[in-house]
Amino acid sequence: MDPVSNNAVIRLADLHKVYHTGEVDVHAVRGVSLEILPGEFIAIMGSSGSGKSTLMNMIGCLDPPTEGNYWLDGTDVSTLDRDELADIRNQKIGFVFQGFNLLSRTSALENVEMPMLYNHQRIPSHEQLERATRSLEIVGLAKRADHHPNQLSGGQQQRVAIARALVNQPSLLLADEPTGNLDSQTSIEIMGVFQKLNDQGITIVMVTHELDIARYTKRMVVLRDGKIVTDESVRDRLNAEKELEKLKQEQQAVKLA
Amino acid sequence: MRILASIKIALRALRRNKMRSLLTMLGIIIGVGAVIGLVSLTGGATKQVEDQVSSLGESIVTVFSGNFTSGGMRGGWGSAPTLTVEDTKAITSIQNVVAVSPEVRDREQVLANGLNWNTQVMGESPDYPQIRNWPIGSGSMFGDQDVRSLAKVAVIGQTVVDELFPGEDPVGQTIRIRNLPFKIVGVLAPKGFNLFGQDQDDIVVVPYTSHMHRITARTFVNDILVEAASDQVIDQVQNDIQDLLLARHRSKEQDFTVRNQVELMEMATKSSQEMEFLLVGVAAVSLAVGGIGIMNIMLVSVTERTREIGIRMAVGARAADILIQFLIEAVTLSLIGGTIGIILGMAFSLTVAYLKDMPAVTPFFWIAIAFASSGLVGICSGFYPAWKASKLDPIDALRYE
Repeated sequence: MDPVSNNAVIRLADLHKVYHTGEVDVHAVRGVSLEILPGEFIAIMGSSGSGKSTLMNMIGCLDPPTEGNYWLDGTDVSTLDRDELADIRNQKIGFVFQGFNLLSRTSALENVEMPMLYNHQRIPSHEQLERATRSLEIVGLAKRADHHPNQLSGGQQQRVAIARALVNQPSLLLADEPTGNLDSQTSIEIMGVFQKLNDQGITIVMVTHELDIARYTKRMVVLRDGKIVTDESVRDRLNAEKELEKLKQEQQAVKLA
Repeated sequence: MRILASIKIALRALRRNKMRSLLTMLGIIIGVGAVIGLVSLTGGATKQVEDQVSSLGESIVTVFSGNFTSGGMRGGWGSAPTLTVEDTKAITSIQNVVAVSPEVRDREQVLANGLNWNTQVMGESPDYPQIRNWPIGSGSMFGDQDVRSLAKVAVIGQTVVDELFPGEDPVGQTIRIRNLPFKIVGVLAPKGFNLFGQDQDDIVVVPYTSHMHRITARTFVNDILVEAASDQVIDQVQNDIQDLLLARHRSKEQDFTVRNQVELMEMATKSSQEMEFLLVGVAAVSLAVGGIGIMNIMLVSVTERTREIGIRMAVGARAADILIQFLIEAVTLSLIGGTIGIILGMAFSLTVAYLKDMPAVTPFFWIAIAFASSGLVGICSGFYPAWKASKLDPIDALRYE
């Protein structure tokens, strides 16, 4: 296998993960091979215990695989040490979490600026401000830059988290149950943000257990017991803008009635 | 990661828990405050001593007459009549000697105005006020002519004025010493008590010739005060006097002793130096206690902020970035504590100094030491918690509730 020959953003070759917890070895991921090309929007699905979170952690360079190889943007990251992985996370990956994971009592702007603090090249503070503001504009929150997370709604907090993920211009956006803590309308709004970003060319990998949400992506991978069971394109893909429009009309109708 | 950004993050974290930060700093504040306070007060006491010693005259060498030995009994310095007026005149010709005064001391009953008072009567040369760095308050010092003519003139101290001439101007009036009338030509400016608690103003100064011939009929002087041109040449002057007198006296045993003010000052400030040494011990103990407090709170803080650490690691913070962040937080905490301690310690010493009417001097050296050691305490006590934080696993940290 020559990783340079194709331009896959993510290439997993027979990835395994075994956790040694006490006397029992937990084989969470048992040989996953997967290729994700630039511009894809992929949902990783599966019930709890299927190994999707473990896979996500490995894709996110938070957890090294026990066995197998992982090329991210052409780099074999399965052999890198802690600090090198930290740099990869900083430069190439943007994270969006279920629980938003924003720093409390820190303004939205400062939350978005945070990844730039850990850049290897120093970014002058005026450029940090500029980039953070631009990121917030992309998610439509520029006006709330000085708000603290507790002054923002769940959807707004998740937008701040997305802005933070985008600020270092990563090649990959990883979202772990990004709508898990949100109501259905806000969920659709967030999926709208993702669709827009994907249209601009950003590769997105999202873990979810909700089929409704997965239908906004382009490709669905289903895991069971640490192995891929289905990997297919999404048929009748949903468009977040249209869904929101529909939802509004329904609400209008309820009001009128 | 930028140090400045880290300091900003640290300050924000400390502001978030104002009360806790303050309590954490308390150990350092009290430790540093106590040390700075006490050092300032001992510094003040030392300065007082130094001022008094230098008020004796700054670059002064004193020659004491010898040890008197009689039938195997040795009387100690000053007991033997070995120094003469001729010795004094010889010393005058030594290089870098600017003023010399032979000193003859005696206690006498002094009468004036129908009052009497027992006081120290000193025979001195006209250089005496200059050597002792002691200005004449009113009138003037007697002159060389008075010395040559054995004049019955006197300059008196403020205490003698108060005792014999209450509410009067004594200049031009007469006092009687051993029934001889001495005309008062000047009054010495008040000087206060010396190091040993003696009232320096309780004094009558007359020409040494008048003292030796009219009052005591002595042929020897008690000691000789010599002023050197500066304190740099004091050793040379001291050695030259030593050589000169040894040659003049042609004695096997040295029958005099030469001391300078620096030596006297060292003796007087020795105890306060020992006190400072003791304080260093107290400071070390209290800083160690403060450091334990900081380490404790930093450990709590690391646990509380596990999730924050996880977030920072997820977005690309290296282990070293986390380490530095917490280390800077601990150092910031201890440096703020140290600074507050320094300020409170100085305020404390100034208050005590004001109430007790004594000087307080905070040596810059001690401020630097206090600041540096608070920083060091921060580094030492912050390192373990910071190291622990940096070793967290990002996934575990992110999952931490």
